[in-house]
Amino acid sequence: MTTITLSLPSARQPRQVLSWFGVAPFFLFALLFLILPTLNIVVGAFRNPQGQVTLENLGKLLSPSILSAFWISIELSLLTAVLGCLFGFLIAAAITLGGLPRPLRNAILTFSGVASNFAGVPLAFAFIATLGRLGFVTMLLRHWFGINLYGSGFNVVSFLGLALTYLYFQIPLMVLIITPALEGLRREWREAAESLGASGAQYWRMVALPVLWPSLLGTLALLFANAFGAVATAIALTGSSLSIAPIVLFAQIRGDVLNDPHLGYAIAFAMIVLTAIANCIYILLRMRAERWLK
Amino acid sequence: MSFLDIRHLQKSFGAHRVVKDFTLGIDKGEFVSFLGPSGCGKTTVLRMVGGFEAPTSGAVSIDGRDVTALPANRRKIGMVFQSYALFPNLTVAENVGFGLKVAGQGKAEIARRVAEMLELIGLPQLGSRYPFQLSGGQQQRVALARALAPRPEVLLLDEPLSALDAKIRVSLRDEIRRIQRDLGITTIFVTHDQEEALSMSDRVVVMHQGVADQIGTPFEIYNRPATRFVAEFVGTLNLIDADLVDAAAGHIRLAGVPVTLDRASPGRAGERISLALRPETVTLGRGGGDIVLPGRIAEVHFLGPVIRVRVSVEGGGSIALDTFNQADRLPPLIGAPVDISMSHRDLLVLAA
Amino acid sequence: MTGRQLWSWLAVALGGLYFLLPLVGMFDFSMRMQRGVYSFQAYRVVLADPQFQQTFGYSVALALLTIILGILLVVPTAYFVRLRFPGLRPAIEFITLLPLVIPPIVIVFGYIRIYNTSSVLPLTGSWWGTNILLLCGYAVLSLPYMYRSVDTGLRTIDIASLTEAAQSLGAGWARILAVVILPNVFVSVLSGAFLTFAIVIGEYVFAALLNVNSFGPYMVWMGGNRAYEPSALAVVAFAITWACMGLIQLFTRFSKFSTARR
Ligand SMILES: Nc1ncnc2c1ncn2[C@@H]1O[C@H](COP(=O)(O)OP(=O)(O)OP(=O)(O)O)[C@@H](O)[C@H]1O
Ligand SMILES: [Mg+2]
Repeated sequence: MTTITLSLPSARQPRQVLSWFGVAPFFLFALLFLILPTLNIVVGAFRNPQGQVTLENLGKLLSPSILSAFWISIELSLLTAVLGCLFGFLIAAAITLGGLPRPLRNAILTFSGVASNFAGVPLAFAFIATLGRLGFVTMLLRHWFGINLYGSGFNVVSFLGLALTYLYFQIPLMVLIITPALEGLRREWREAAESLGASGAQYWRMVALPVLWPSLLGTLALLFANAFGAVATAIALTGSSLSIAPIVLFAQIRGDVLNDPHLGYAIAFAMIVLTAIANCIYILLRMRAERWLK
Repeated sequence: MSFLDIRHLQKSFGAHRVVKDFTLGIDKGEFVSFLGPSGCGKTTVLRMVGGFEAPTSGAVSIDGRDVTALPANRRKIGMVFQSYALFPNLTVAENVGFGLKVAGQGKAEIARRVAEMLELIGLPQLGSRYPFQLSGGQQQRVALARALAPRPEVLLLDEPLSALDAKIRVSLRDEIRRIQRDLGITTIFVTHDQEEALSMSDRVVVMHQGVADQIGTPFEIYNRPATRFVAEFVGTLNLIDADLVDAAAGHIRLAGVPVTLDRASPGRAGERISLALRPETVTLGRGGGDIVLPGRIAEVHFLGPVIRVRVSVEGGGSIALDTFNQADRLPPLIGAPVDISMSHRDLLVLAA
Repeated sequence: MTGRQLWSWLAVALGGLYFLLPLVGMFDFSMRMQRGVYSFQAYRVVLADPQFQQTFGYSVALALLTIILGILLVVPTAYFVRLRFPGLRPAIEFITLLPLVIPPIVIVFGYIRIYNTSSVLPLTGSWWGTNILLLCGYAVLSLPYMYRSVDTGLRTIDIASLTEAAQSLGAGWARILAVVILPNVFVSVLSGAFLTFAIVIGEYVFAALLNVNSFGPYMVWMGGNRAYEPSALAVVAFAITWACMGLIQLFTRFSKFSTARR
């Protein structure tokens, strides 16, 4: 964990004031364009249009439509975060510990860098072109294997389609983050465990996974937030046919800014709270997992 | 057949032959060191014994059982690594108890054995610490305890002391040897520090380019090196050229002085041969043996307990010798004429 | 060993299938605009569209400005924090992590509330104000990446010695930063810059909610109104992302080479 070290100004460098000017713009910028806007939302969520403190806005969140939007969002984010972690871990394990040729590892890491940033609108297009009604795979399945994907109830504009699409950036993100952690597992640990009679599974359960635990948890929280805040992909893919929290907020901002901005505040506030909870859980678990690192 | 039997072990990485026909038998309770320069294949042999590397050919057997095909986790071999390799997520006690837990022993049994092992390494209070809270020396002790806790049949140590600083290295060296003797465990110790190898071992294996150049007690290795490599690698050495007069009778001329060796010498009359001579067998002044060579002091290095002096010999060449420091006598002066003396028995004729 | 290799190949092969099919699908679709033949017709139509040229040009310009703003904000800060205020580190790390945690849509919502036409600083009211707001928003989005790469770069050089050496030669702060520090972390800055470019070029939510017609909203509009052009756009966007990541790799490798020779 981080420790706070205060450095005293050294006598050799008297122009301390000047270096404050070096960092001041950053803090001013962060204040104006990150902290204040967020605080504004948090405060706004507890105010009515007349400026009085109220819980009314938050109460409106409990309406069935908004509640269900949040619920779908949470499911979607959790599902893609967990699956992203799982599949990403398998791929990362394959390229680090699986004895695959080195160039392949580098190629996959580079591709992961690309794919994890290939989110948003174009990604949605790619999936429509692939799994849409006339998409590449849909046609392939119909003509070559006689499988009618859409006949069986599948639709790319659905929860499942969105989850599949999100995984396209979730998995590579996991690969990018967990690969260095896997490479940090020392060969000697495995060999020491083996020489002490441990099987491969015992080594993973008792040493490797506990060592990786903080990174795994951190990535899980990051992936959750990543999916939870993704709007562009969802809008480009589903229009607004699938009602997830960020899309509801998007519609609120677009349509009712003047009508009931405070419901918007409440939705945004709830989104912050959820990602914050994910991160707090992560921090707590991580602190427990990292007793041996402090 | 020996307790630990290594027969005709070979290992190639691709086209690169790293270990070439390595054969060694180790008795139960024996402490054997592998000594050799970096890259000569010590670790590779050790890892093949431990089961972490499959030999290209050859066999390893322990107590009559052929273990060549056995995976590492079924060999009952304890391993200690240069980098300690303690599990960072487990406390000292959990580390030491790891092998027992994996073997499915009961909690009480594990706790008892862990306490015993921590007592053995002299760290009984540190059981609840994490590895990062220990010094390097303490970590290596714990690693030793961890390796020994499941009562392995063989203990392998791969340069366990090289990551430590000099003082701890010496004390831990003695401690490893004491524990090894107490438990009577068959041990292979890899090092490239000759002092470690000579001081700790029952026998030393000097390795060179994947081959065991010589296997013998420290006394034999030091005093009767079998090859030029062993002679040069172990200890410091004077290499002197001499002219062979009569090979069969052992007559040679050393810096113009006729000398008769104990043994017959290889080679033919008129050839130049190399003789090796330890600095500590040469005496400043007469009285050190039957060979006396006149010369002049060329260099003086004061090393503390000993003074190393290099003398240019009149007949050509130079010889280094060690004398003990004595507080009431000043070191010799450079340029002063001296005689040096030695015994013909200390001259080693080296195979080319 | 071979068993493990087999599983690894299997994992990589399945992953490859999942990751390559959408790319193939998108490429395939983008070529089908003319019935019965593969052609680049969709690309031709898109590239010739003045709307495309205008929005794309705008987004590129905005991305470049974002990079400049990011460098101006992050390099001095990272430098002074390393050199002078290590105590500020946790605060900075917290701030630079926030954009990964707070959904972008929430941030832009905050902008709209704070900087609307009836506020003290009515940025959304004017063309300039809106652009500045968008620029700052993108700089916020890129903060985590920019800061991380620059800080990593600074860690590998001994900035204290470099600074003292420069000071002893009489250089002032601005000069030290521009002439001594920046060139030494240039590659890291470039990594951050390309990443920023990749993120900003097709960004949708900020632009759409601030009513700016940049490349992102243009793509969404196309997606709603055309069939094949969106795939062509996706291919273009993918190529840009790929180019950015490829350039990062290239420069990183180049820097390893040059430090190895030093
Ligand atoms: N996995 C491997 N693949 C290819 N070559 C290897 C491998 N492991 C070791 N080698 C090579 O085998 C040779 C012997 O290595 P080894 O580690 O046994 O040396 P060592 O005697 O232990 O040296 P050191 O004292 O430096 O530890 C070296 O040349 C090394 O490069
Ligand atoms: Mg070695």
